[in-house]
Amino acid sequence: MNQLLQQLTEAVGVSGGEKEVRLLLRDLIAGHVDEWSVDAMGNLLATKRGTGAMDMRVLVDAHMDEVGLLISEIESGGMLRFDTVGGFDDRALLGKVVQIGPQKVIGVIGARAIHLLKSGEYGKTVKADAMRIDIGAKNKDGAAAKVKVGDYAAFVTAYEENAAAGGRIAIGKAFDNRAGCAALVELLRGERFPFDLVAAFTVQEEVGLRGAKIAAYSTRPDAALVLECTPAYDLPSEADASPNVALGWGASVYVMDARTIQAPRLVAHLTRTADARGIAYQIRQPGGGGTNTGAIQRGAAGIPVATLAVPGRYAHTPTMMISLDDYDSVVRLAEAALRGLTPEIVRHS
Amino acid sequence: MNDLLRSLVEAYGPSGFEDALRDLIRPLVEPHADDISVDAMGNLLVHKSTAAAGALKVMIAAHIDEIGVMATHITEKGFLRFTNIGGVMPHTLLGNRVRFADGTIGVIGVDHSDDRGAIQPLSKHFIDVGATGREDCPVRVGDAAGFDRAFVARGNYLTAKSMDDRIGCYVAIEALRRLPADVPHDVTFVFSVQEEVGTRGAEAAANRILPDVGIALDVTRTGDVPEAKAMSVSLGDGPAIKVRDSGMIAHAGLVRLMRRRAEEAGIRYQMEVLDGGSTDARSMQVAGPGCAAGCISIPCRYVHSPSETVDSRDVEGCIQLLVALLSGSIDL
Repeated sequence: MNQLLQQLTEAVGVSGGEKEVRLLLRDLIAGHVDEWSVDAMGNLLATKRGTGAMDMRVLVDAHMDEVGLLISEIESGGMLRFDTVGGFDDRALLGKVVQIGPQKVIGVIGARAIHLLKSGEYGKTVKADAMRIDIGAKNKDGAAAKVKVGDYAAFVTAYEENAAAGGRIAIGKAFDNRAGCAALVELLRGERFPFDLVAAFTVQEEVGLRGAKIAAYSTRPDAALVLECTPAYDLPSEADASPNVALGWGASVYVMDARTIQAPRLVAHLTRTADARGIAYQIRQPGGGGTNTGAIQRGAAGIPVATLAVPGRYAHTPTMMISLDDYDSVVRLAEAALRGLTPEIVRHS
Repeated sequence: MNDLLRSLVEAYGPSGFEDALRDLIRPLVEPHADDISVDAMGNLLVHKSTAAAGALKVMIAAHIDEIGVMATHITEKGFLRFTNIGGVMPHTLLGNRVRFADGTIGVIGVDHSDDRGAIQPLSKHFIDVGATGREDCPVRVGDAAGFDRAFVARGNYLTAKSMDDRIGCYVAIEALRRLPADVPHDVTFVFSVQEEVGTRGAEAAANRILPDVGIALDVTRTGDVPEAKAMSVSLGDGPAIKVRDSGMIAHAGLVRLMRRRAEEAGIRYQMEVLDGGSTDARSMQVAGPGCAAGCISIPCRYVHSPSETVDSRDVEGCIQLLVALLSGSIDL
């Protein structure tokens, strides 16, 4: 069992309420970094000083927030209204168990039993604003004793590993982006790099890349690598078409998404390194989406950026699936590429 | 004029892959620069300042990138599916040609449809690079291409694939050549990257320079063709002084100054209000603590098509207006 992934995915940290994850990460990296701090938005910034061989500072970012819910009203009957935090398909919500607030009060996003549906209601999508969380409270006062307006709610999904069809598969919530966080912890636990490595465990990515923007501004790195978990849409298809990324094909390397054209020299460095080391990788199909590079690249006076991601099926639902082999490839490729980084690769002539 | 412009518009430079343009422009502007540098995103920064400390910092931006495409899938038979880089319109695709960084030429085809009058979405198009399968396909997923089309001069009308915004680069290069040695401001000409995907290069450059005044040089649409959307900008009526577009309201004092300098120098000009689209001025206006931003626009027909068309007299007017503006005091 991968302890890091288990601890990190089972921890709760909905955008804006990342404290539990931040405290866990602080413990996980203690003794492996030379200094750390928490900035005004809650980003955990940790520096692992280099060997002194290179006068360079490289930012490695992994966002620690996950999508979730925010309690917006306690109704007279004790039911909880909620807003969504981050992008959701409403269909993923109904019938799911959630944990609410610091006390982790258990609730259910209630669905009317099929027995009680009227004939015209079959097949209709219930919108999130028509759903309620039910904690079993008798009335408003009963609910208010347990839960406050403004509490966050997250899914409840235990981490599991599964040797399915020869693959090393992990199932859990919030691989987006605790997989990136775990990979970054592994980098910090290794030997010193030739340059100063600044690890940024950032907040509020899911609501608009907000934490990374100020992290890039305050750390002013020479280059940045973002570690992510990217949605995989790789179900079987008859058409002659590529999956955007596929589970089991290796670390996915970004070239272009809706927010960023990644620095071509860093992309080439990643693929060259992977080829030379025999590390499995795939080019993420260029197109939509976006990572923290969108905020980092231009926040200061221009920073070369790259993104490496673990492909993950069923992102932004209570249950995601990743390949542990892909995860290992991301860790190995990030490690090897960082150790091979030179100022010539980073800087324009 | 046309030799330089031909080399600029025919060069390869989709957003994010502008190295060839930077290499082309750098030797042309080096003799006129006090110092020259390339930032992390690839912006070429040409600094010219003989002014005293505390002089006004002026940033001029012309973008070197162009719209293009990027391969997303290679079919079993060696055709490419692709996505857009910047604002590529599907009705400009069929029969158009693209060129990859290594010189590979591709022809764009479209999936069959019984409705021949319908414009198919970009996802129904493919690129034929002459391969027969994945093994002999010279293109990889993630490779970028620009459109391929020769420059043509038709009297005063100049037509090419990437007038947007190589004509702005031309205006900047020519202005650098003509500016007096003792420009009274601290001026940086930025040949910017990644404008077509969201004015990204200028954002980083402005965050570095932190200018007091930011002026973009870019094309704008016209209302002078049959059944055009109403717009009071026409080819041949001179440089367009931008008042507003969908990303920026120009600094009113800067607009007034542009008009005054044009009138003093006897330059015919027109006022521009653009509905839709924006320029690097949008990024400059709100970078760092913000700046007085504006734009001198070169009127252009058929923007984002393979035959973007400008009038050489408007281009000359833009150069004269920019030189006049930078040569005098900028009192806002």
